[in-house]
Formats: sequence, structure tokens, C-alpha cells
Amino acid sequence: MVKKITLAVALCLSMLPLSILAQATDAEKKYTAFEMRSNGKIYVVVAVVLIILIGLLLYLVRLDRKISRLEKEK
Amino acid sequence: MRKRWWKIVCILLLIYTVVGGFLFPVPAREILHESIRNLYFHVCMWFGMMILFTTSVVYAIKYLRSQNLAYDIYSVNFARVGILFGVLGYSTGIVWASYTWTEYATSTQIFTEPKLLGAAIALLVYFAYLVLRGSITDIDKKAKVSAVYSIFAYVMLFPSIWILPRLLDSLHPGKEGNPALNFNDLDGRLRMVFYPAIIGWALLGVWITSLRIRLDLLKEKNMLHG
Repeated sequence: MVKKITLAVALCLSMLPLSILAQATDAEKKYTAFEMRSNGKIYVVVAVVLIILIGLLLYLVRLDRKISRLEKEK
Repeated sequence: MRKRWWKIVCILLLIYTVVGGFLFPVPAREILHESIRNLYFHVCMWFGMMILFTTSVVYAIKYLRSQNLAYDIYSVNFARVGILFGVLGYSTGIVWASYTWTEYATSTQIFTEPKLLGAAIALLVYFAYLVLRGSITDIDKKAKVSAVYSIFAYVMLFPSIWILPRLLDSLHPGKEGNPALNFNDLDGRLRMVFYPAIIGWALLGVWITSLRIRLDLLKEKNMLHG
């Protein structure tokens, strides 16, 4: 179990992009929302979505536990 | 003890999807611009739907072979959550299309869009599955009829979302090959988030389904022994 989790985390980390350091091309300058990136507001969006996602997932975990308890009662 | 590691993987992958999906660089695209990031959310809903429907039809066949009612519960709940994913995929597609296609396509083009119509037909066929189930009161008959119907519903997915959209001209990307996994079109930067995202969202669907299944099995037990 722990081994598997470590493996999954390692897998996620190994996928971190190196291209993040690359220079922007002309096309990228034209089509990319650099403004939101430069004033940092994009992090607000990420924070909000993360809160919603984690909230929903925690709800799911609680539901899972409740059902497990019900199953044990039988 | 139920296995728990895949739920943790699901949570980690979804968090990675959201963080990477918003912050990692994406290739510059005409028309789509940054909305290409919807790839990590919209397309994954359809993947989730297909995986759930496939599992559902496998259990439907298993039910027909064994007449074991537990398989019927498995099958119907996979289909239900599959429909949920399909509806989410459809509605996110509506939003995405209304901000990208409308810039250069006519409304006739949009309304006769083969991928939209195909997906709508596929979903309606599955809605009918739930209606059919709901209309039969006898438990065994309900299970048997809906298992047979679900095989037909699954077969309808082939022309409506896999074959026809690939033959006809369309605004939606993917006529050139696989609508979702086009390797010429899919930049490495997109793939880095896209593949984990598919797994994450699919696992979430399976998780929700497993909860519903366990609840239904409990209900059934109560009915038999309570």
C-alpha cells in the first residue's frame, strides 16, 4: 500500500514539465493569456477550484466511510 | 478490507490535473487560445463515460449468463454514473463551443454538427434505458430486460459517437482520426496533464459508482432479510 502510494507520487512528480522554462514564441504571445499569469490572478482561480475539488473529494471519503460502517453493522 | 490505494491515486491525480491544468504551459492555438485547457476536463468526461458504459455492458452480459442480481446492480449503477459523465461532457462542450465555434461558424453548421448529434443520440438511448428500467416492477424481469437493452444501447454508441463523427465533416476536432487521442495534434505539454487527468476522472467515476453499488447492495440485503 505505502509502496504503491510512493510510486504514484513519484509518477506525478516525474511528469512535472521542464518546458515551463522555455521562451515564448510569437504565436504563444498572441494566443496565451499572459496577463492573468503576470498579475498572479490565475492562482486565485486555481485556489478556488482546488477548494471545491478537495471539498467534494472529502465529502466522497466521508460517504465511503459511512457506507463501510453500515456494511459492518450487517 | 477494501483496497484504498486507488482512491488516493484518484485524489492525487485530480489535484495534479487542476494545478497542472491551469498553470502548466499549453501550446498556442488559433481560435481555442487558452481554452485548450478544457481538454483536461471536457474530454476526460467522455473518456469516463465510455469506461463506465463499457463496464456496465460487461456486467449486463455477466448478469445474463449467471442471473445473479448483484451483477444487475453493478450494471445499472455503472450506466447511471456513465450518463452523469456524459451529461457533464455535453454541457461543458456546449460552453466551450459557444465561446469558440461561434466566432467563425454559422448556426446551421453548429446545429448539424455530427458529433453533437451523435452524442445526443447516444445519451438519449441511455436515458431510455433508465426509463425502461423504471417502468418494470418485477425485479427479475427488470434486470433481464434492462440487461438486454443495455447491450443494444452500448452497440448504439459505436455508430453514434465512434464511427459517424469520424466520417463526416465537423467543427469538432478529430475527423482525421481519433477525436481524443490524435497524436499529431496532441502536444507533449498537453499529454503530460491529459493522460493523468483521464485516469483521475475515470477513477472518480468508478469511486462514485462503487459507493452507489454498495448502497444498493445494502438496500437489497435489507429487503431480503429485514
